[in-house]
Amino acid sequence: MSRTVTPSQTIGPFFHRALLHEGWNDLAVRGTAGERVAIEGRVLDGDGAPVSDAMIEVWQANAAGRYDHPEDRQEEDRHKRPLDPNFHGFGRTATGPDGRFRLRTVKPGPVPGGGDASQAPHINVSIFARGLLKRLVTRIYFPGEPLNEADPLLSALPADRRATLVARVADGDAAERFLHFDIVLQGDNETVFLDV
Amino acid sequence: MSTLLGYRRMAQGIDPPYDHGAYASTHKRVPKRPLIRITHTLSEITGPRLGAELVGEGDADLTRFAGGEALGERIVVTGRVLDEDGRPVSNTLVEIWQANSAGRYAHDVDQHDAPLDPHFSGVGRVATGADGVYRFATIKPAAYPWKNHYNAWRPQHIHFSLFGPSFATRLITQMYFPGDPLLELDPIYQSVPEPAARERLVCAFDIEATIPERALGYRFDIVLRGRNATPHERDSDGGVR
Repeated sequence: MSRTVTPSQTIGPFFHRALLHEGWNDLAVRGTAGERVAIEGRVLDGDGAPVSDAMIEVWQANAAGRYDHPEDRQEEDRHKRPLDPNFHGFGRTATGPDGRFRLRTVKPGPVPGGGDASQAPHINVSIFARGLLKRLVTRIYFPGEPLNEADPLLSALPADRRATLVARVADGDAAERFLHFDIVLQGDNETVFLDV
Repeated sequence: MSTLLGYRRMAQGIDPPYDHGAYASTHKRVPKRPLIRITHTLSEITGPRLGAELVGEGDADLTRFAGGEALGERIVVTGRVLDEDGRPVSNTLVEIWQANSAGRYAHDVDQHDAPLDPHFSGVGRVATGADGVYRFATIKPAAYPWKNHYNAWRPQHIHFSLFGPSFATRLITQMYFPGDPLLELDPIYQSVPEPAARERLVCAFDIEATIPERALGYRFDIVLRGRNATPHERDSDGGVR
């Protein structure tokens, strides 16, 4: 007989000192392979007001499309996607008083989906906040990415909802790609959240 | 990659719903549209592997900070991190935070009129051993008032953050203490529908974990989602993942 899973409870408003650490919002270090991307966005509530006490976590594959995890065995299979010793794929940050968060990373490669399908480059996102009794999960996809058309998740969504998962191009330094990704918790432009 | 084993879906009544009106902060922050259920892929069955390498000396002992002893009732909290099948989850990071013995967090946002303790940060980290066991020493947190409704008080609790082996197993929760009369009145604790699941969140006094002349012991086991036995196991609600 299986055991009852421990239920989730809200992160509350007092997590910062315990959970935030210098440098955790920058996944790309010197020597990381791939295209540098800076992602900035806001977390907004049902009134469009900034959510100033959210924690955002990201998990992604490296530029070759390989997750730094023992169950990603693509080095041994036909994909032959190598690990990057300078990239581990996890990041964490929190929103400020204006609801804004910032991350630096590299664009991940495409990763395998179910069966023979491939998934377009994406970043897996968890959102924790006061008022959320359990995390919200979403994904950041990349604008102008041809593989988005065939992505199993994106292609199953109606067009207006699909757009909530694709980052927008923002102005910025030419040396780095700047993207904008808002997370709308509730309302007309509510972000697509995933049941994982 | 077609034989990936996903993680089991949460059974009904275990996790709280997003929409829980008694907890006022949910009103403007929870999605109104249904979530999109996705089949687990490499993106969900992999996840950050954070463990002992992040734990520094003293991180498991919250009873001392900034060169002095924290005030309050010293306790030891220990338990095992397991999956649904009872298998230990080894070398996984457990991050904790809590209010002090007066019910105040060392945090700018906390304006409760109770004293701060210069020798208590309320922050710790530990990693589980090969047997899934973790252990830390701290001060028993006090209850504190909050603005959710008239005369609202949070029961004594410690916040826990765990990763487990995958993105799918990520968990942030709270541990409560046995016999706390505030549990019955707390909309956050009461948001968990099933009584058996609520009880999972309450630790148990344990004389075996108690250190003579030093600290009371409490046991708190944490169960993370387990693996499907077959790639196409049915969900508890009948969907095929």
